[in-house]
Amino acid sequence: MIRGYEISHLLAGVMLVTSFALLYQERIAAVLKTFAAQSVALALAVAWAAYTQDRSELFITALIALCLKGIVIPVALYRMVVRLGIHREVEKVVGVGIALMVGLALTGLAQALLLKVVQGTAGHAREDLALALAIVLLGFLMMILRRNAVTQVVGFMSMENGLILAATGARGMPLVVEVSVAFSVLIALFVFAVFVFRIRERFDTIDIEALDRMRGDAR
Amino acid sequence: MYVQGVALGALAVVAALAAISGRSLLLAIVYPVTAVAAIALGVVDLAAWLGNAGFAVVLPIGLPTIGLHLRLDPLSAFFGVVINGGVLASSLYGMGLDRAKELTPRVEPLFPLFAAAMNLVLIADDAYAFLFSWELMSLASWALVVAHHTNAENRRAGQLYLVMAVIGTTALLFAFGGLAGPAGGYAFDTIRTQAPTPMIAALVLATALVGCGSKAGLIPLHAWLPLAHPAAPSHVSALMSGVMTKVAIYGFVRIAFDLLGPPAWWWSLPPIVLGAVTAVLGLLHAVFDRDLKRVLAYSTVENVGVIFVALGLALAFRANGQPAAAAVAMAAALLHVLNHSWFKSLLFLGAGAVLHATGRRDLEAMGGLIHRMPRTAAFFLVGALSISALPPLNGFVSEWLLFQSVIAAPALPQSALNFAAPTIGAMLALAAALAAACFVRVYGVAFLSRPRSVEAARAHEAPLMQQIAMGGLALLCILGGLLGALLTEALAPVLKGLVGSGLPNAGTGPTPFSLIAFDATRSNYDAVVIALFVAIASGFTLLVVHRLSARRTRRGPAWDCGFPDPSSAIQYTASSFSQPLRRVYGAVVFSARETVVMPPPGDLRPARFSVVLIDYIWTTLYVAPWRALLRLSEYLNALQFLTIRRYLVLMFVALVILLSIAAVTI
Repeated sequence: MIRGYEISHLLAGVMLVTSFALLYQERIAAVLKTFAAQSVALALAVAWAAYTQDRSELFITALIALCLKGIVIPVALYRMVVRLGIHREVEKVVGVGIALMVGLALTGLAQALLLKVVQGTAGHAREDLALALAIVLLGFLMMILRRNAVTQVVGFMSMENGLILAATGARGMPLVVEVSVAFSVLIALFVFAVFVFRIRERFDTIDIEALDRMRGDAR
Repeated sequence: MYVQGVALGALAVVAALAAISGRSLLLAIVYPVTAVAAIALGVVDLAAWLGNAGFAVVLPIGLPTIGLHLRLDPLSAFFGVVINGGVLASSLYGMGLDRAKELTPRVEPLFPLFAAAMNLVLIADDAYAFLFSWELMSLASWALVVAHHTNAENRRAGQLYLVMAVIGTTALLFAFGGLAGPAGGYAFDTIRTQAPTPMIAALVLATALVGCGSKAGLIPLHAWLPLAHPAAPSHVSALMSGVMTKVAIYGFVRIAFDLLGPPAWWWSLPPIVLGAVTAVLGLLHAVFDRDLKRVLAYSTVENVGVIFVALGLALAFRANGQPAAAAVAMAAALLHVLNHSWFKSLLFLGAGAVLHATGRRDLEAMGGLIHRMPRTAAFFLVGALSISALPPLNGFVSEWLLFQSVIAAPALPQSALNFAAPTIGAMLALAAALAAACFVRVYGVAFLSRPRSVEAARAHEAPLMQQIAMGGLALLCILGGLLGALLTEALAPVLKGLVGSGLPNAGTGPTPFSLIAFDATRSNYDAVVIALFVAIASGFTLLVVHRLSARRTRRGPAWDCGFPDPSSAIQYTASSFSQPLRRVYGAVVFSARETVVMPPPGDLRPARFSVVLIDYIWTTLYVAPWRALLRLSEYLNALQFLTIRRYLVLMFVALVILLSIAAVTI
């Protein structure tokens, strides 16, 4: 028989795997698809948590995650990428191997830390937390390893996915906070989008190193 | 209590009015109002000091859960008398300022604010009120220091003062944090009930010493004082030097003797050692300086050192359960606080009158002022004699008490204090001798001899109100000397509160005016008898000399050593007077170097004599850290120009490091 936490564990694991996939995807279109997959996994995980914990308000969270992050944002970003004509662009700071090794180390760190910190609580909750922390760290890592503004936005959103996963697992965040976080993320997306277009107009590229050249202190 | 509320309110209102309107009438009215408020506050304080009739209230303003605790006990009442006396004298002096020329909206509105803030510090009874009024006092005095901001030197003084004030207040913040403990009881009542651990007590004492010492001018935190005090207008200098340093000493007494609980003997070492060093170094600076007001400011540094030595001795005696000796040391400290506020205010007001009359602060540009401003000269002489601790004036009383307690120090059980006592005594004696030399030099160069500049030759007497202010203080110096025993007896309520006992045998002397430190056979000082003896002896000498000599006083040309040169440059100058001391002490302490440039025969250029003094405290404790800080910030400046991704990397690395530390240590 499959117990509740095994399913939630599986979904969180899927999210972690997509996080790793985000790290090594080379093309922007692929990155966006992977992100959409991660968001769908998040929505499923939240919905499952809502079902098992009998917290119907979490269904709304799941719905928000599915609509906004699973569909709206990836589609919007994809259309932006198409309009900018960069959907085949490849950009990386370090090689795939190194990125994956670092990501592995971070996941290990998250596991080691969380398993020590929350010893009192039930086992599956803390493993979920550890996975969520690993997703947050990997999102952060993605933000630093990418040069392209669009992929940085995706890294940011992926961090936020990890946060929401942690919040549902720890039965912490109330709905109001969640909705406001979702909207702030949406607004951040708009801001990012506007910036990306402005950068593009001005520099003919959305490589953020261009900003440094503009400031006159390129490496 | 209501009197205080009304008086402080009046000060605030008049400050606001003067600040808003800025018309000379409203600016001028500041001083009478401040004078009246100071009288009212002083009378209430005097009643509370002598009659032990204080008050304690909690007002529902200030921080939400704390409120505003105010309390007037004998200690704050005593300091209130000190402060309001000084404020009254400065206000009287200010009433003599020229309404058309000398009043500015940069000084007058801040004057009552400064006075009110100092009064507030004294009656504050919780840490928040204390720090708030302390900062108000700092800021008001800072604004007064930079009132004449067009002068670059004043701006520099103001900047240094601001930095030191911030350091001091930060230290006090930590001191009160330590006193309040983890529970955070910031009312002084709560603090009194809990005794901190020795470690916390040491930290509180150190931070209190830094916080109050920097405001009072304790070496090595004194550097701002000789720059900032003279930069303010003279009557404000009198307030800062005569009074504000006393507020700082009040802060130390309040923390060390009242809030911190029963003392350990080693608490006494830092104040004693630092105080003794301060006393000697302060005067060595004073005796070499040429700027009249800066000499006075350095002399303030010295007096603060003397007071801190007395406070340290009181701590030592109290820790060893010798309340009588502690009372003597404490009485010396408090009495010196009172006396110094009188004569230092007097001297600064005198310096202000001289500055106003000649427009010069350089001693080398004065001279002969005794003929042009005879009354100021007489009052200044009283102040100089008092500060040099000559009997029967008031400075002697407190110094005598201090030396009595130093002599009693070898009876202490700790060998460190035993060995320190003779050294401290010697250093204090050196400081006393240097003080006399310093003020002989100041008085002789500024008031005696012939004018050294055109301005000095054209000097004029100070206005009447300013003479009244100085005259009143001079009278207080004389009365405080003659009635020193009565004053010391009156300190009993304050002493009982601080060290648990008054002077052991007060009032048992042969006359009501004799001051007994321990017992009548060992130590007895009768100012009135000494004054009578001095008066009779000098009168008799005068009589004999006049009998034996030709009756009439004749005025003739001064003997010119055979050089009929009318130049005033052939007189003793301020730097030539201090040359012997500079050779003896300056070479050791300041690496003084004298250079003489003598042009070869036939060359018509004048010979040049110059002296270079190096202030090692300034170069090592101020300049060097400042340079290090600059260099460090230059390195760190690169951090301001990283790319976005690198900032993210920095954050990420910091996060990972912290997480790893957490993972390893938990």
